[in-house]
Amino acid sequence: MKKSTRVAAVSVMTAAALLGLAGCAKGGASGDAASGTITLWTHNAGNEAELAAIQKIVDDFNASQEGHTVSLQAFPQESYNESVTAAAASKKLPCILDIDGPNVPSWAWAGYLAPIDELTDRLADFLPSTVGTYEDKTYSYGFYDVALTMVTRKSTLDDNGIRVPTPDKPWTKDEFDHALETLKATGSYAYPADFATSSTGEWYPYAYSPFLQSAGGDLIDRTTYESADGVLNGPEALEWANWFQGLVSNGYIAAKSGTDQTADFINGKTAIMYAGSWAAEKVRDAFGDDALFLPSVDLGQGPKIGGGSWQWGMSSGCSDPEGALAYLEFAAQDEYVASVSEATGTIPATDAAAELVPGYEPGGVNDVFRQFSKANAVVRPVTPGYPFISSAFAEATQQLLDGADPQKTLDQAVKDIDANQKQNAYQG
Amino acid sequence: MSSTTLSPPLAEPGEATRPGPSKGRRRGRGKESATALVMFLPAAVLILTFLIIPIILTFILAFTNTRLISPEPGRFIGLENFSNLFTDDTFWASLRNTIIFTVVIVPVQSAIALGVALLVNTRTRGTTFFRTVYFLPVVTSIVVVSMLWMFMYQKDGLINTMLARIGIAGPDWLGDPNWSLFAIIVMSIWQAMGFHMIIWLSGLQTIPAELYEAASLDGATRWQQFVHVTWPGLRPTAIFILITITIAAFGLFSQVNIMTQGGPLGSTTTLVFMAVRSGFERQQTGYASAISLVFFVLVLIVTVIQMLLTREKSEKKGARS
Repeated sequence: MKKSTRVAAVSVMTAAALLGLAGCAKGGASGDAASGTITLWTHNAGNEAELAAIQKIVDDFNASQEGHTVSLQAFPQESYNESVTAAAASKKLPCILDIDGPNVPSWAWAGYLAPIDELTDRLADFLPSTVGTYEDKTYSYGFYDVALTMVTRKSTLDDNGIRVPTPDKPWTKDEFDHALETLKATGSYAYPADFATSSTGEWYPYAYSPFLQSAGGDLIDRTTYESADGVLNGPEALEWANWFQGLVSNGYIAAKSGTDQTADFINGKTAIMYAGSWAAEKVRDAFGDDALFLPSVDLGQGPKIGGGSWQWGMSSGCSDPEGALAYLEFAAQDEYVASVSEATGTIPATDAAAELVPGYEPGGVNDVFRQFSKANAVVRPVTPGYPFISSAFAEATQQLLDGADPQKTLDQAVKDIDANQKQNAYQG
Repeated sequence: MSSTTLSPPLAEPGEATRPGPSKGRRRGRGKESATALVMFLPAAVLILTFLIIPIILTFILAFTNTRLISPEPGRFIGLENFSNLFTDDTFWASLRNTIIFTVVIVPVQSAIALGVALLVNTRTRGTTFFRTVYFLPVVTSIVVVSMLWMFMYQKDGLINTMLARIGIAGPDWLGDPNWSLFAIIVMSIWQAMGFHMIIWLSGLQTIPAELYEAASLDGATRWQQFVHVTWPGLRPTAIFILITITIAAFGLFSQVNIMTQGGPLGSTTTLVFMAVRSGFERQQTGYASAISLVFFVLVLIVTVIQMLLTREKSEKKGARS
């Protein structure tokens, strides 16, 4: 063979191989149809404990019967959503996948997910915030949820004559403001409270929109999901905005908090920390029985906290829906709900599972988080427009903390959200 | 024909003058261009996939309401994205910030880089050490640099602690709309300066030492040497640096994304940041494409102006010599 021809041949083959590889990357992900196995995608590569718990369920399922085989594929969380979106665009979704709670409506609307109404009876036992629904159909369920809580020390409150709130009688707005004022006056803290304002992204709607809801406002009108007018910029919302902005302007919280709020709290820089149940272990290690985990503030409509974490569902293009449903039903057993939530240190989704997880049994140290979740959790708006609402709310709240005019900021957010809902004809 | 050489042997000197193409030469040409084509192919595929097609897609998507996640394909909506964009306060803030950033950073960063290059170009002890020190920020990831500076810029961070020593109460650098863009500019200058220092340095070392020798024999002062020998010798380098800094400055994104998220009160939002936020966070692919298109046109205009200006100069220079 002449060398030039050989070079040509090699180049063409390389190019073909490159293109082939690109094709493989797309196609290799599925392979559900022919091989008889059901593929399952999960976001928790890198989270060994959770991944091992899921792997255990898959192994048990495969051993339990003859007909179906599930194989697990784990992705790092950072690239998981992009992988699913890309796979959906090329119709290569796996049969079973996990979904971040707030994305369920968007993905259901986009046609990625198939309803799993067959499981409704079983899911009645689950915490409401762990079941994903859209337009009266059930699309997903999760093994666990997390709860937001006010963390402080009993000694701090006692020393300053501040009442210890209970789930039945949480702090009112005035009480909370007064407590912050008292704590600020002691001069012992950089800031009396820490709301983790330096976090970004989904933390903003997850952590701060419950205050808005507690004040009587919301992110969008949940009867029609057509407009945010009147709920995100009405008098209640304005009251929330003024209160929230006041936390910064009165020097109660930092407009940009430190990067590790738990460390700041343990080191005594702050007196009250608004955090998730995930901080409980560290705080308890530091302060033992002195640590207090309290319900959120009641701004009028009772305390509210965000609900909804990672959940499991079935893709609409699944070639073996029967097998996928069998797996989802199998995995929804209490022992698995317990093992996954124990592995992740989160709130078990069912009462029976809670009995199995140390600390979450009735009267256990972590039971309080389960009570908060049961009583106060509000899921984020169930509309495909949620990703936009989330981003618009985060931007508006950030501006409020930076001192922007509340009415103007909220009006702008409403205008943006309404335009987006309308342009895409989203329904609830 | 030899089977060991890739290209056919060049035509004999006599052949070229002969009327009519020779058979051998024509065959050689065809082979040569086929080989060239094959060698060009991998690059062509990459450029097409990652450059040409995305640009064409941006042009198309900018006039649709395409979403990242949607069961319905995008619909043609004419200029709606653009009319929304031009009535969007964030867009004008982004444009303003991008322009301020570029206008400040181009002269300041290139001047400081030149100054540093002149300093480390001397033959004294430890220049290698200083060259390394100045170049270090460039090889460090911008994400890491941004996070480090975030700590330094905190209200009770390193910078304010040092200012307090000399009796100045520093502002909340990233939290104060009056200072945030300035803080990002300072950090960006520090981070990218080393890169341009190296380019200036390579430019400086192409200037023949005899010129300096001759100049000093003529009794030229250091300043005169700089103005009449160094600066003219650096012209091609200066053009290169001007263009690269301008384009890099327009693309300001990572620092903003990590340090301020465009805030406080929109004081640090930029066009690229706005496009990324609209496209990925808010899933408005069409709208993000419209922003990208405006950005593309802006960079194109600036680059064309710069090319025209610099070309004119080099032509004039050519005519003079």
